[in-house]
Amino acid sequence: MTGHSFRLNQENLEALPSGALWWETRQLLCVSDLHLGKSERMARRGGALLPPYETRDTLDRLAGEINNMRPKEVVCLGDNFDDDAAGEALHPQDRDLLTRLMAGRLWIWVAGNHDPGPIDLGGENRAELHLLGLTFRHIAGKVDGFGEITGHYHPKIRISGESRPCFLIDSSRVILPAFGTYTGGLSSHSSDLDDIMGPRALAVLTGNKVLAVPMRPGA
Amino acid sequence: MAQLPQKFQDWFEKRGWSPHPHQLALLERSKDQSTLLIAPTGGGKTLSGFLPSLIELSNDPKAGLHTLYISPLKALAADIRRNLATPVEELALPIRVEDRTGDTRQSQRQRQRTDPPHILLTTPESLALLLSYEDSPHIFNGLRRIIVDEIHALHESKRGDQLMLCLSRLATLAPDSTRIGLSATIEDPAAMADFLSPGNTHILNADPGPDPDISILETAERPPWTGMTGAHSAKAVMEKISQAKTTLVFINTRAQAELYFQALWAENTEDLPIGLHHGSLAREVRERVEGAMVAGQLRAIVCTGSLDLGIDWGNVDLVIQVGAPKNVKRLVQRIGRSNHRYNAPSRAILVPANRFELIECRCALEAVQERDLDGEPRGDGPLDVLCQHILLTACAGPFDDSSLFNEIRRAGPYQSLTRQDFDDCLQFCATGGYALQAYDRWQRLLLNADGKWQLRDPRAAKRLRMNIGTIVDVETLAVRLRGRFGTPLGEVEENFAASLSPGDTFLIGGEVVRYEGLRDMVVEVSRSPTKEPKIAVFSGTKLAMSTKLSHRVQRFLSDPTQWKSLPSYSQAWLTMQAKISRLPQIDRLLTETFTRGDRAFLCIYGFAGRNAHQTLGLILTKRMEEAGLEPIGFVTNDYAILIWGLQPVKNVAPLLDPQGLREGLETWLSSNALMKRTFRSAATIAGLIEKNLPGQRKSGRQATFSSDILYDTLRKYDPNHLMLRITRIEAMRGLVDFDRIEDMLTRSQGRIDHVLAPHLTPLAAPLLFEMGKVPVKGRAQERLMAEEARQMMAEAGLT
Repeated sequence: MTGHSFRLNQENLEALPSGALWWETRQLLCVSDLHLGKSERMARRGGALLPPYETRDTLDRLAGEINNMRPKEVVCLGDNFDDDAAGEALHPQDRDLLTRLMAGRLWIWVAGNHDPGPIDLGGENRAELHLLGLTFRHIAGKVDGFGEITGHYHPKIRISGESRPCFLIDSSRVILPAFGTYTGGLSSHSSDLDDIMGPRALAVLTGNKVLAVPMRPGA
Repeated sequence: MAQLPQKFQDWFEKRGWSPHPHQLALLERSKDQSTLLIAPTGGGKTLSGFLPSLIELSNDPKAGLHTLYISPLKALAADIRRNLATPVEELALPIRVEDRTGDTRQSQRQRQRTDPPHILLTTPESLALLLSYEDSPHIFNGLRRIIVDEIHALHESKRGDQLMLCLSRLATLAPDSTRIGLSATIEDPAAMADFLSPGNTHILNADPGPDPDISILETAERPPWTGMTGAHSAKAVMEKISQAKTTLVFINTRAQAELYFQALWAENTEDLPIGLHHGSLAREVRERVEGAMVAGQLRAIVCTGSLDLGIDWGNVDLVIQVGAPKNVKRLVQRIGRSNHRYNAPSRAILVPANRFELIECRCALEAVQERDLDGEPRGDGPLDVLCQHILLTACAGPFDDSSLFNEIRRAGPYQSLTRQDFDDCLQFCATGGYALQAYDRWQRLLLNADGKWQLRDPRAAKRLRMNIGTIVDVETLAVRLRGRFGTPLGEVEENFAASLSPGDTFLIGGEVVRYEGLRDMVVEVSRSPTKEPKIAVFSGTKLAMSTKLSHRVQRFLSDPTQWKSLPSYSQAWLTMQAKISRLPQIDRLLTETFTRGDRAFLCIYGFAGRNAHQTLGLILTKRMEEAGLEPIGFVTNDYAILIWGLQPVKNVAPLLDPQGLREGLETWLSSNALMKRTFRSAATIAGLIEKNLPGQRKSGRQATFSSDILYDTLRKYDPNHLMLRITRIEAMRGLVDFDRIEDMLTRSQGRIDHVLAPHLTPLAAPLLFEMGKVPVKGRAQERLMAEEARQMMAEAGLT
């Protein structure tokens, strides 16, 4: 394993190079911000006709991670679909792949700001989720004694001239990078993230290998 | 020769003018369909263009749009409006003249569509916008004359291609309209005529005026071996400024302009008022400088290409070019900015920034004196611009594909467009043109019952109009002083902003500022008391030397009899090179290998320009890595490329084998940042990526994603897509500049000279100090990142 291991509220977690989070105790894989169907949604709204391959690409990478880790549970941490209608409009081939991935494991769709409604694809739909000492929700909230796992911000950080999606980790929470192919990023130096994360927060870069750096270099 | 009508004759006489011969010649040809007037700056070009219109309108001032004037600059349109006011008022002509640019009020723009003025002054983008309205036939059907000003500037960019497509559209709407193109001195008038209106453009050459008085600055201190700033010349240049009335100091890049401005200030013992003007400064700042110049309050402006065109400042009597001009035509046009009066010689001084540039300046000076201008030949009209044109045509109403195709082929840049390419563009506009047909329900264009193409959703027109234009700037962020109403200082490239850490200092607008942080997409800074910025420059593209000028330089170097015009220290330098190695020759390719310390060096004198050398460096080092030569890094300038590694190159020729290089290019291109940048620009123009969407910026960056992702996705799933084809074509002649590598190989035809030099050679030496060394990528990059991460963790006590 080439992930970055850390403890959050006494639980052992691992930030994987793909941008997924692994919880060994529960054999649980968590990904955030898949934004499936983004190109379809943009076209529907009269926007640009983007290359319509991102859903397949995202699902292929998710399938790869599921094959590696063989999770018993998968938590998709919100903004799983670019909007509720995008979930309905999935290409049949993509829908089949997703169904195959879901088969034989517990699959939980946490609602996001893009996809508040339940989705008719099987699995459980939840606003948020509490497991042992951890809370899974889409957007970071108040520190409440649980370890909090969220997405939403698509954090990125740049070192040696290269910008990559990253996990942000402090003593009470972790923010996941976006897993979807067509997702941008918010610099971890932005004021929003600066306000949320504690003073000794780490950024863990995704890529071929994970790379941990202080979120606020030189601070 | 035509005569001015009595009324106009009297007006000329009253002002103490007599009409220039070319003004009368143009009048004589006023019935011709298309005329190209080539005249030097200050030749009353613009008035020549308008005379036929003013005379016609003075006889028959019927309502409606009569003349459309298009210039590349908004400021120029506004300036011409003020200038035309004089004859219109003094001759009491019943003519309405208005401008229409991005700065025009919404209410006025609305009125111009229902009740257009006689003469409308606009820009290519504003014209494209007007043509995208459903009422465009009504606006333009009575149009008589079209004047394209500064056509030489438009000709060099996609703005010109877009404009020519629009003129083709206008020819359909107003078949009787005539065209006049107004150009500064150019190298190939026939090509320009073919661009303006193929087959029927008559060329009028005005008297080119007296030769310019041009010299190379002598400085007490010799120019340094390398570097681009020219800082050694500041004292001497300051003296020239103080002797002249008003001086324009041209610098090649924005960053260098900042540095040079600082260097000048340090020598400005008389406290002369000097301004700074470049494209990265906030508009407020630039307008203030321009205003001060118009009011005659400045003795000099340090500027970049931002002042290449524009309003006449009659009081400029000296132009100084710091750094090699890189391109003779542009130099001539810059020189023309001084003494903006016809028949008075312009005065200009060239300031080489280093020893190589001394030679380049000498060659450029001779080229100017011989009126031997350069210019890269123009390829066919780009397809991304065509895609935008098709979408905007759809905004104006349903169209027939064959009629549109024929109309487009009447535009100069698109006269050899194939039906296949047109259809590919049309498919791209309609469905995205993907191998996976995903958008059947959401097509952008549909064939209607009449067999015409129309927008599926008419509301899309609004979004498309917001994306008009072919200028795709690198993404920039505003720089402001920290505080609630922080003063805007200018902008920097997003990549540069991302490289800053709080506490870093850099130069902008002539002052050193401290980076505080990024808030709401604004770079917040505070004034820094330090004199020396920690990070000297923000990035900017460097122009490559033109092919023709580099050929001149090669011929100059290979012929010692020409060296007499050089200072003795330069002659000694070249003589030493001939002794230790060889001199580069135009029909051969000189390469040298030597060792220095524990590094093996390879120097190739390609004379193909900076961009092509950069490409060659990346391909060659990759090939060397495969061959086990363990390259470590390389550096380039306009003349040569220097590569160093652990193993000496024994046999150079196989590395430079054309077929191998072409194959290397293929694999290398796939993941290249230049390709991604080229893709972004093409995809934005073609409407695949939207710019300027209201509210987009405010919604935070996590909503938008980098176009690099689209590029990677297309390459993976749809490698033959139109956008990738366009990107390749663009990159070949743009930043990748592989065409010039091909030219280099064709010229030398395998005649490669390999000199095993005993040590570092005189010509290669300056390259060692050149900025911008490129490490060989791949595993090295991963290692660098890991090392930096380790250091950061250690600093933070987190090992």
